[in-house]
Amino acid sequence: MNTQLFFQYFVAGVTYGAIYAIVAIGFNIIYNTTGIINFAQGEFVMLGAMTAVTLNNFIPLPVAIILAVIITIIIGALIEILFIRWLVSPSVLRMIIITIGLSIVIREVALHIWGDGIYALPYFTGTALKTLSVGGVFISPQILWVLGICSITVIILNLYFKYTLMGRKMRACASNRSAARLCGINAKNMVTLSFMLSAGIGAIAGCIVSPITYVQYDSGTPLAIKGFTVAIFGGLGNSMAAVVAGLILGILESFSIWLMPTAFKDVISISILLFILFVKPSGIFGNKEALNLKEF
Amino acid sequence: MLKIKNLESGYGRSKALKKITMHVGRGEIVTIIGANGAGKTTLLNTISGLISAWSGEVIFDNQNSIGIAPEKMIFMGCALVPEGRQVFAAMTVKENLILGACVKYIKDKKYNSQKDIERIYEILPILKDRQNQLAGTLSGGEQQMLAIARAMMSNPKFIMMDEPSMGLAPLIVRDIFNIIKRLREEGTTILLVEQNAKMALGIADRGYVIETGRIIIQGLSDELLTNKDVQRAYLGRDLDSEIKI
Repeated sequence: MNTQLFFQYFVAGVTYGAIYAIVAIGFNIIYNTTGIINFAQGEFVMLGAMTAVTLNNFIPLPVAIILAVIITIIIGALIEILFIRWLVSPSVLRMIIITIGLSIVIREVALHIWGDGIYALPYFTGTALKTLSVGGVFISPQILWVLGICSITVIILNLYFKYTLMGRKMRACASNRSAARLCGINAKNMVTLSFMLSAGIGAIAGCIVSPITYVQYDSGTPLAIKGFTVAIFGGLGNSMAAVVAGLILGILESFSIWLMPTAFKDVISISILLFILFVKPSGIFGNKEALNLKEF
Repeated sequence: MLKIKNLESGYGRSKALKKITMHVGRGEIVTIIGANGAGKTTLLNTISGLISAWSGEVIFDNQNSIGIAPEKMIFMGCALVPEGRQVFAAMTVKENLILGACVKYIKDKKYNSQKDIERIYEILPILKDRQNQLAGTLSGGEQQMLAIARAMMSNPKFIMMDEPSMGLAPLIVRDIFNIIKRLREEGTTILLVEQNAKMALGIADRGYVIETGRIIIQGLSDELLTNKDVQRAYLGRDLDSEIKI
């Protein structure tokens, strides 16, 4: 393998890795405030992309994307308010079954609205054929958009959780729910907020990746599985670890094409998921103390 | 300040509080002493709203407070320092204090917590040294001080403390009791739950002894300190046997 080909695979891996990381962060935000895995996370990704595609028929692309993200955030809030909020101390199993049910319902509704056609947003700049040559490596401009927006999202999220009162309140709820309530923090509102945040992040991921990967009513599920793998791989609840784990998974997958038939690409992530669950369920960056010190 | 009448509550089907009737007057320090599992923590959690009451009345500051959520109680000026410290372990000391002032941020959009934090640092200089450290890395005594400081940040008129001396070295326990004294001097009413009956009665105006969910003895601290049953059960002295010898 020459260096050019190596970098080509590397860039592709980093791009997918960034998307996986963003989806995983969506999982982590909800996990941290509620302790559940929201299996409808992938559907947020699909909804964001589909809504943006539809809106883009009527309004310019940037506005369509922003509106699509806002609409997905509203859907996220509605889901939490209608299905999660009123439960009095529900068991984890019950919450998980609710989110699995929701993901099926959302997928079926999407099938009714959009049919089983394959859609894509246009490239943000340039076309599918246009590439930039960086040191002999050909990169689609969309890849730069994906990497840029993913990094900005991660940085903004970090600043939000570290330096704003709202972000601190959410972390307080994750750290110790009853103590947070005693401080006057409305824990239920924080859960709603966490659903809105991860719905929004999912929608952003869906919009930026759809020009490359295309989107269909059921394309959320595979992404959710990858995102879930990354979340487990990095250690549930730890968003910075998710970024690293996402990049590792993306790069591994990308290089696997070089060794194995493309059809086996998904085998990598599933194998990692099983391996981590068997050998180190707290994730590669997780340890017992980290489980006690839950962080975003 | 606080009036409780025939309060009952518990977990699942097991009743942990049986017809509790008590009161705390403005500016008083009242202590509740009792053994493990007597219902002390349940009582505080029920007053603060963390556990819902089954029956009875809780009147805080002339308002019926049954069924009011804990996040609302703190707005009424009723704070609880929970058992076992329960600081936000993954956050810094300063962030813990800022979160303690949530109530003020919500009441007043322009509120800045810096002044209140400085006041806390003046009372508890150790927290200033540790302000950028994660709360989970503090020692037990420091965490307890942080938990109390966090409750003080909202300037409540009534603070309930659940076993603030639990598992701490005697010197630190003394520091914590000094903070409690200082709070009283500033006009805060305090309901103190303790296993360390001697220390608690030493600082309190009145006391209640609770056993298996019932209040069995009540009275002024001095009376309780000389009460034979209290001495035998909670102060480690058995007057009857001492007389025999």
